[in-house]
Amino acid sequence: MNRHLWGAAAMTAVILLSATSNALAHGFAGQRFFPATLLTDDPFVADEMSLPTFTRPPSGADGSYEYDLDIDLAKRLTPDLGLTLGYGWANVHSPGMPAISGFGPLSTGVQYQLFVNAAHEAIGLANLSVTWAHTGRVEALGAPDFTTLSPGFDFGKGFGDLPGSLPFLRPFAVTGNLGFDFPTKTESAGVPNSNNFNYGFAFEYSLPYLQCCVRDFGLRRPFSQLIPLVEVAFTTPINRITPGVTTTGTVQPGIIWSGQYFQIGAEAIIPVNHASGRGLGGLVQLHFYLDDLFPHGFGRPVSEWLQ
Amino acid sequence: MTRATMIRLGTAALAASMTLGLAISPARAHAFLDHANPAVGSTIPTAPPAITLWFTQDLEPAFSAVTVTNQAGQRVDLGNAQVPQGHPDELQVGLKALAPGTYAVSWHVVSVDTHPTEGTFTFQVGGE
Repeated sequence: MNRHLWGAAAMTAVILLSATSNALAHGFAGQRFFPATLLTDDPFVADEMSLPTFTRPPSGADGSYEYDLDIDLAKRLTPDLGLTLGYGWANVHSPGMPAISGFGPLSTGVQYQLFVNAAHEAIGLANLSVTWAHTGRVEALGAPDFTTLSPGFDFGKGFGDLPGSLPFLRPFAVTGNLGFDFPTKTESAGVPNSNNFNYGFAFEYSLPYLQCCVRDFGLRRPFSQLIPLVEVAFTTPINRITPGVTTTGTVQPGIIWSGQYFQIGAEAIIPVNHASGRGLGGLVQLHFYLDDLFPHGFGRPVSEWLQ
Repeated sequence: MTRATMIRLGTAALAASMTLGLAISPARAHAFLDHANPAVGSTIPTAPPAITLWFTQDLEPAFSAVTVTNQAGQRVDLGNAQVPQGHPDELQVGLKALAPGTYAVSWHVVSVDTHPTEGTFTFQVGGE
């Protein structure tokens, strides 16, 4: 066999191995592409990185405010198993106090892709996140002095399987998270650490889906790559509740532009009650698709690096 | 640390991002359908002799295909799907003579970096 034939055979093998993977990286379920959302967790394992996410949360009840700079990395070990890592830096301003800066807690996670249903554009993922004690600036910034275990289930559903009589609802999709926080320490400095129920959803209308699969309205790049969305996320304490502590959460309308190698997202942050903050906040994020940037190396699952 | 430090950190993060962006290889990513002729969801008076799909990335011809079916699920394409010479981001297939009606186009492609994608859409011939 000559050199060209060997090359063709190797390329064919690579393509066959890739094409038969159940999880395609990115958030695909059939022809549905789920972008990486900014507030809620994604329901798919992936090789992706947010660098950076810049957030200005709503101000606190006492008038304090902060700026956050975060990095998040997701890496597939196998086509269905992945790891996540998140770390952030905060700059906090409290009335009458000098500004304080430092790192927040390190969080890591393991994820498993439970299912991907192409026909119904459905996708589900189980995850366990760990927020580690003493990995941030505990006393000054209030980073936790305890480790928290957070199991959860993330899901996504596109509505491309709606009947043809509802064509313009087909670009809709929803993703969501259901999970719990279990602190490994019941109280810190006399304040109880509650177990929490976390729930969040992202409601998306995909212009890429509208263009590719429903009707071509003549939108072209970059406008055809826009995905308007509204995200909501809430945390409700379920035990060891400090008097006055209630459900907190935010509503975040925004937009994502999804390119070939990266996406850019921006959202406003609206607190749902006074306990969640005052006034408006905002965030912007630059997010890279590592599987597209490095398709033959780091962007592949670790299990395929030697193939 | 101060706000100036934060700005420096932000600048460093953006610089790292730019470096990552510059490290990308050209024309290597998932292939999305950019547009088609007949257009997605369109109604046309008469059918063209072939349907053409344009993608956002170059395709692997051996692993890319498109079929067209009528409302009864019968194939109405000529089975000669191809990536035309010199147009690596296009996929074409010839069509039989089409009666008025709605037709479904199903495609699956592999981009040159081995990422598979798929999709379906419909178009209508005549004023049914």
